[in-house]
Amino acid sequence: MIWFIAKRLLWMVITIWVVFTVSFLLMHAAPGGPFDRERKLTPEVKANIERRYDLDKPLPVQYFHEMFRDLHGDFGYSYNLGDFSVNQIIAAGLPRSATLGILALVFAVTLGFCAGVVSAVRRGGLLDFTLMSLATIGIALPSFVIAGMAIIAFVFVWPIFPAAGFGSLRQAILPSLCLGAPFAAEIARLVRTGMLDVLGQDYIRTAYAKGLPTRTVILRHAMKGAVLPLVSYLGPTIVDILTGSTIIEQIFAIPGLGYHFVQSALNRDYTLAMGVVLFYTVLLCSINVVVDIVYTVLDPRVKVE
Amino acid sequence: MTEPAKNSPTPHRLDDPVEVERYARLLAEAARNRGVSPAREAWQRLRRNRIAIGALGFLGLLALAAIFTPLLPLQSPIQTATEKSFEPPKAWPLFVETPEIAPDAQPGDATMQAGEAPWIEKQFGQLGAVSRWLVKTRAWLFGRKSLNSLCGRDELGRDLLARLVWGARVSLMAGLVGALVSLIIGVSYGAISGYIGGWVDNLMMRIVDVLYSVPFIFIVIYINTILSSDKTQLWLERYGISRITVFYIIIGAVYWLTMARVVRGQVLSLKHEQFVDAARTIGAGRMRIIFRHIVPNALSVVIVYLTLTIPRVMLFEAFLSFMGLGVQAPDVSWGLLANAGFRVITPIKIFWWLFVFPAAAIGMTLFALNFLGDGLRDALDPRLKNK
Repeated sequence: MIWFIAKRLLWMVITIWVVFTVSFLLMHAAPGGPFDRERKLTPEVKANIERRYDLDKPLPVQYFHEMFRDLHGDFGYSYNLGDFSVNQIIAAGLPRSATLGILALVFAVTLGFCAGVVSAVRRGGLLDFTLMSLATIGIALPSFVIAGMAIIAFVFVWPIFPAAGFGSLRQAILPSLCLGAPFAAEIARLVRTGMLDVLGQDYIRTAYAKGLPTRTVILRHAMKGAVLPLVSYLGPTIVDILTGSTIIEQIFAIPGLGYHFVQSALNRDYTLAMGVVLFYTVLLCSINVVVDIVYTVLDPRVKVE
Repeated sequence: MTEPAKNSPTPHRLDDPVEVERYARLLAEAARNRGVSPAREAWQRLRRNRIAIGALGFLGLLALAAIFTPLLPLQSPIQTATEKSFEPPKAWPLFVETPEIAPDAQPGDATMQAGEAPWIEKQFGQLGAVSRWLVKTRAWLFGRKSLNSLCGRDELGRDLLARLVWGARVSLMAGLVGALVSLIIGVSYGAISGYIGGWVDNLMMRIVDVLYSVPFIFIVIYINTILSSDKTQLWLERYGISRITVFYIIIGAVYWLTMARVVRGQVLSLKHEQFVDAARTIGAGRMRIIFRHIVPNALSVVIVYLTLTIPRVMLFEAFLSFMGLGVQAPDVSWGLLANAGFRVITPIKIFWWLFVFPAAAIGMTLFALNFLGDGLRDALDPRLKNK
């Protein structure tokens, strides 16, 4: 087990290093340094500033300097947003993105699970058909389409939610619903399949034969089996929700991590973009490692190499 | 069926009419008993799936519309008419006269023959030779008639229907090229890794594992930012590559990981089959065995994953374009149109058509692709055979 964790951690380090190297090289291949602005600096001033920020050094030196600084968790200063370091921007954005993501996840799991169980129990009925059609729509439609429709419907036509911003619970409801909807749909399909598998098993028949009421059989016996596929789906979902929130943050103007990332890309703010890329990579890798470890604990059939 | 040799001592005498008739019967019977190829069988299964066939029909029509866009009687997608800004959808009269299109085109007119017609560029932008020819044919076919603004007009008075159809070219192309790129990389990578095996396989699959935990959305956005700078564009133009081609290839390059894993799995189970040994015995090389013998046998799985990759790539393109990081004006794509429509949703007035129609176009296409993919999976999955 320890060997397994160590191996996963090693791969994680390699992944982060690859991403760092690629984004560093891309950043330096990109034309236009941070000081190439509309107002031209005099050559002497520019040279001084470049010396201050190591931009005059050869590329390998810059590479190791940058790596050293990033290893200490210092991503430097934003090219665009004055007075803020990249770290401060990430620190300010992360809680908002995390809140949004957690709300969306809770919503997706609750709704998806209930819908999946209900449609499996009512298999072939009208309710099953309706729920599964909705799930197909939810999977096929891009989240920005869902979000746009939701804004037209619930902000302008029937104004029960505010259009944008973040802070109060009312502001958070609509974005997290839109973010969670596709995942709710996928979870519903997954849980339905799992439930149908379980409902066909012998021990369910035994439970019925003992004379247990349907509700007990479903809630106590069948649902446990349907949870397992859900658990293995949750790891990638957390990652997808984190990355998926970029577009939702754009639409609802929530100044979270994803919002800053897209803005930095639009403004050619390379340091901020690189900082966010690295931060996300570390985050995603850590989540993947944790999920792998949880799998092996939950399901001993998963082989530890 | 009786053996001809047992009944008649001279079975090959074809001048005997009885013999001829018997051979004809045998031949007819053999023709009836022809085996059904797996592809045909799959097609028959797919045909029974109404939803999948409906989706296939819809996609076929869409593809035709995208290929022959310049031929359709549509208004100009780029000509602005500010006096008609934000005009809501109008279906009556169905056709309107647009004097700007084909101003001097008559059947057999000189513009049909002459290579240059300045109005084409003004109305439809830079076009290739084929598209120019199609536009001229359209002028000859429909004259100045074009469809009324069935989907309304945007803030500059441009016809949304025309923009949607022209945008379909870009959106569908992104899906196709992207999926093709993922197909080429994924199949070659997976097949080579699976066939060679050993430490090479191990290393190649570890690389895939590493790439799986890379946040590609961010990397692609990052690369795109760099691509959109003027200097890079100049550099690309020197080599005759348009930015949008690079964009297609990059988004496709993200989606090959799953394809590689799937193909590798297939190859692992196929590489010890007898036909591979047979090919090796007659001296076929490694690459020939992989690409001529093994890959065609893994094709059904590859096709299923391909149809599931296309909507993903299209979604990714729409996602990027929606955020303003993908396709750039003057090119149009559905994601870009949806974004333009989204930006004019204001508390004062909702120009719903500008968002709803592009969104519906994206939604319906992705729907159709998903249904078709599901249908194909059911049709090609051997486990469902004879059920």
